[in-house]
Amino acid sequence: MEMVLFFILAIVAVAAGLGVIAQRSAVRSGLFLLVNFCCLAGLYLLHNAQFVALVQVIIYAGAVVVLFLFVIMLLGTEQAEESPDLRKYHWIAGLLLGPLFLIGILWALIPVGTGLAPAATEWLQALAPTDNVREIGAALLTDFAIPFELASVVLLVAIIGAVVLAKKRLEG
Amino acid sequence: MVPPSFYLILSAILFTLGAAGVLFRRNALVMFMSVEMMLNAVNLTLITYSRLLANVEGQVFVLLVMAVAAAEVAVGLAIVVAYYRHKETADVDEMDLLKW
Repeated sequence: MEMVLFFILAIVAVAAGLGVIAQRSAVRSGLFLLVNFCCLAGLYLLHNAQFVALVQVIIYAGAVVVLFLFVIMLLGTEQAEESPDLRKYHWIAGLLLGPLFLIGILWALIPVGTGLAPAATEWLQALAPTDNVREIGAALLTDFAIPFELASVVLLVAIIGAVVLAKKRLEG
Repeated sequence: MVPPSFYLILSAILFTLGAAGVLFRRNALVMFMSVEMMLNAVNLTLITYSRLLANVEGQVFVLLVMAVAAAEVAVGLAIVVAYYRHKETADVDEMDLLKW
């Protein structure tokens, strides 16, 4: 069952990711990005990370994609044409370099993943439904209290920065 | 039962797609979307290891990454809006205000 769901979500996520980078219209890219985020939320659910899955839907799908679509429609950049002669070379380079990059990542990532194979029994146990919201909250307010508070400072700076950057400069 | 390496391979593929998007698209907004995709791929890796090692710290890191990603989107889109107001373009090839 998990296998079937994984493959459905994985294929849709990769297809949506391809859609994001291959679509010429920025609005369609944004909508494909929404599909990609929802698939990742489903994968988080398969990992028994319900809280993160919900946060993914609320923050990414709810806030980030909507913000993107607002800005695209506000600016009217959805028809921004990219120079076709440059694009051709870009795609050739991409077809050569993309798989190379992927192999590089996998070469680094897979030995680590298989090296942790003794933990496979815990991998099975982790499927049992547990209340990990409580654990996340406890970890955030004890071991990770300083990063947690720093995140709030980062968000405050981002709010102020966004207002300062986006406001019209007053003349005189 | 899905082996953990499948999740890692999926997140590597998504990360590569995001990197390719940043490198080959010239629309600043689509580049931001690709950066978000890369951040999401990393989040998937973190959650996979969180489950593999049976502790919750990976999920805590994912929440912090999401906070940074939200801040990045807010500031990045504000920069794009401010630039567009000056130059009427979101094409990064034509963004040369800082270049002499």
